[in-house]
Amino acid sequence: MSAQHFENPEITFQPDHSGGTGKIWKIFWVLSVLTIVELGLGYFLYAEHGQIGAATVLATKCLIGVLTLAKAYYIVSVFMHLGDEIRNFIMTIIVPLALFVWFIIAFLSDGNSWKNLRNTNAGSRANQVEQVQEIKEK
Amino acid sequence: MSTTAIPSGTKWWSGGKSPFNVSYGKVMMWYFLMSDAFTFGAFLISYGTIRFSVNHWADPNHVFNAFPFAGHANLPLAFVSLMTFILIFSSVTMVLAVHEGHQMNKKGVEKYMILTILGGLAFLGCQAWEWTHLLTGEHVAMLGDGTLSVLPTTVKMNPWGAELDHSTMMAALQKTSHEQLVAIASTLHHGAEGAGEHVAKNLSNQELINQIASSGLHATHTGPIAFGGYFFGITGFHGFHVFSGVIINIVMYIKTKLGHFEQRGHYEMIEKAGLYWHFVDLVWVFVFLCFYLV
Repeated sequence: MSAQHFENPEITFQPDHSGGTGKIWKIFWVLSVLTIVELGLGYFLYAEHGQIGAATVLATKCLIGVLTLAKAYYIVSVFMHLGDEIRNFIMTIIVPLALFVWFIIAFLSDGNSWKNLRNTNAGSRANQVEQVQEIKEK
Repeated sequence: MSTTAIPSGTKWWSGGKSPFNVSYGKVMMWYFLMSDAFTFGAFLISYGTIRFSVNHWADPNHVFNAFPFAGHANLPLAFVSLMTFILIFSSVTMVLAVHEGHQMNKKGVEKYMILTILGGLAFLGCQAWEWTHLLTGEHVAMLGDGTLSVLPTTVKMNPWGAELDHSTMMAALQKTSHEQLVAIASTLHHGAEGAGEHVAKNLSNQELINQIASSGLHATHTGPIAFGGYFFGITGFHGFHVFSGVIINIVMYIKTKLGHFEQRGHYEMIEKAGLYWHFVDLVWVFVFLCFYLV
């Protein structure tokens, strides 16, 4: 069991710290592999720039985002030991952060709408960016 | 309204046991980190909004393609990978320090705290190099007056717009002053050929234009000015967290060395400093995603 002598009286149940460092190194390798896969996908976007469709680019970027969330999960859960805390405490941290789901949807679509309004002069003319591109191609 | 007589010295917050089974200090560190996550999140979402609202944003593979001592080699993603692995590794040494603290192993805590501090300093050094490289960088872009210029990346100047087509670039070169043509030509000849500014000065405008045109120079328009502000603002705010994390870790190292935690009977302060340090790594994961990968 723990070698600690004077425990904090606020803590009712001491977590078991007798384990080795195996899990820490395992998570280090998980994070490294996830980062290398992300870099590989990033390099794929660079090498294939202009040769792959917008949908493939978006899908790759979303995949990189999912891998980033996986890294965040491992850091918070294992390195920060949040996974070892009791459920009520985990919820007081995670539930407020769920607001980010809405923030991202709302603000990015707002940015996109802003771009469309600017390119079309608030809907009063055809999309200007496409016109510029056509001229360039001729 | 009645007033209750409260005995002086009542400790409201020491009710005997934590309903979360976590000490008060650690709970507050978590809530601070949650609020800090909202701050960083607000910055990154604001960046995303602006980026979505413009037609062309700087391509990170073009902006961040340099590596120390590699000259003008095109190495996209290389340097930022190094920075990312430095921070992941210093996170591992931090969690190992926490682990040694649980075992009440003073020497182990000291060793891993030193390694964590060194990791943090290495990251800050990398960031200083990257900032210097961008702020003194040499990228050729077309200014509003239709002339080409060698420009740095700052909060007031973003030379990373869409690429100029050939005819626009040739027209711009004709309008560009002799000094700027010399400056552009000397960016083409770093190192090997040794032509440089010295030789370029003696060439005529037309000779310089021919040299630049045949070099395959990728000149661009200037881009949205917000790029530098967001990049330096957000990486700077993160870098400041790394800096303060290093200071906190140094304080923790000294207190460990002086035996304060051993006397106290537990190394919980190392755990709290560790939470902050891991959070810095966590934020970097998202900064890495938003600025360098996508």
